Amino acid sequence: MSKYLEMIRIRFLMMLAYRTNYYSGILIYSINIGAYYFLWTAIYGGKESIQGLDAAQMVTYVAISWMARAFYFNNIDREIAMEIREGKVAVELIRPYNYLGMKTMQAFGEGVFRLFFFSMPGMVIVSFIFPLELPLDWQAWCFFAISIFFSFVINTEINLLTGISAFFLFNNDGLMRAKRVIIDLFSGLLLPISFYPVWAQEIMEYLPFQAISYIPSMIFTKGFQEAEITDAILFQLFWSILLIIPICAMWAVAKRKMIIQGG
Amino acid sequence: MFYVSMFFQYIAQYLKTRMEYRADMIVEILSDLLFQAVNLVFILVVFGHTESLGGWQRDEIIFIYGFFLVPYALFSTFFNIWDFNERYIVNGEMDRILTRPIHSLFQVILERMELESLFGVITGLVVMGYAAARLNLTFHWYDIFIFILFVFGGTLVCGSIFVALASIGFWSDAKTSIMPMMYNIGNYGRYPVNIYNDVIRFILTWILPFAFVGVYPASYFLRKTDWYIYAFLTPVIGLLFFILSVIIWNIGVKRYRGAGS
Repeated sequence: MSKYLEMIRIRFLMMLAYRTNYYSGILIYSINIGAYYFLWTAIYGGKESIQGLDAAQMVTYVAISWMARAFYFNNIDREIAMEIREGKVAVELIRPYNYLGMKTMQAFGEGVFRLFFFSMPGMVIVSFIFPLELPLDWQAWCFFAISIFFSFVINTEINLLTGISAFFLFNNDGLMRAKRVIIDLFSGLLLPISFYPVWAQEIMEYLPFQAISYIPSMIFTKGFQEAEITDAILFQLFWSILLIIPICAMWAVAKRKMIIQGG
Repeated sequence: MFYVSMFFQYIAQYLKTRMEYRADMIVEILSDLLFQAVNLVFILVVFGHTESLGGWQRDEIIFIYGFFLVPYALFSTFFNIWDFNERYIVNGEMDRILTRPIHSLFQVILERMELESLFGVITGLVVMGYAAARLNLTFHWYDIFIFILFVFGGTLVCGSIFVALASIGFWSDAKTSIMPMMYNIGNYGRYPVNIYNDVIRFILTWILPFAFVGVYPASYFLRKTDWYIYAFLTPVIGLLFFILSVIIWNIGVKRYRGAGS
């Protein structure tokens, strides 16, 4: 266990060394939030509320979902695919740790770094520029914290799956890009799930994507009430456990059929 | 004439290398399509809950988006220079460029073009066609020339902003993230500028004129007479900014000292 904690720490320190790269990131996210802020204010026009969210909640939703993205987002699918393609994974496999566990921990170290040096200052800056409605009670913050932790778990699990697919497909760039688009659209980052037509919402209930962005953002903006919150977190818990199964299965098969390309 | 033949020779060379990896090319085109679909889905879903966006209807917004895709595709094809700083300045590749017999910017553009992105022109035309049919838009025979002129202007607007930014590399070779930031700002041009506040609107019109890539030129075809002045400014702004950016580039090239070694 301690070696995994050490990996979180090392990755955190590594990111800290290059922290200046992140100031521009906050600006980029603010630009995106700004674009959606104006879009949504125009969409709301004179309307009081759409699908249970009023304009102020919607702005908060946009801001928090982008800032939470900085925490759960990672590129381990790309890293894994690269290591498989370059043959580095062979060395990784003989090291005394679980390769996937190690990748997850590195991603977590990165996530924690971005939470403190990106999301939090970013949220402060954004709340000066745009009229946000931050939750005042501590319960909402607690549920939100639990919820974004699960966002990270589920997003990372999906990344592991797409990353491992490089074992089977020689070039999985297309799959990784498709995954990015699907997550942008169906996680609720760009649009709350409740805005979609009913048939689309019904399909999405059977998919894990809304657990990544929609659920934490709805908890934060008070779009969910009491029972809905616990249901939503259980939904996240369910998917974080369920997704372990395909990862283990794919990993077991992948290790057996591994062909190191070149090297 | 020499430039034209160079251009076609580079295209021929490019096609030969890409045809070797056809599967990659198809994957790239498909994923571009996916990214374009995201914005369309956004517009469609949003208009399930509202009738107008700052006074524009659903199909008008779709038309603007379709128009935006055309110059944007041409821009991504020929001005793929977002990594100019790392690729040419930091790695010292610029030295090689300067020994070539054609203008350095033209040489860089030829080397970096991405013809796959041209597919976006087709997507844009299809999206515009769909919207135009639903809006019962009528076109004059000369509209096709105006369309080409506006697309040309829009492409130059995008291109000039990125050429000017790439030129910063001649002064400082520090890593900057201005380029990705600019891509995000560019997205503001996809929607009518009247939904933004005055400051942003001013910036999008006169400083980083991304509004001339989407909403302004498209408003001509949507017959929004109040916006005609801006629409017809598109080629002017495009040409003006492009000349300016080439001047900045040329000054930068004179200052270029190489990365050492």
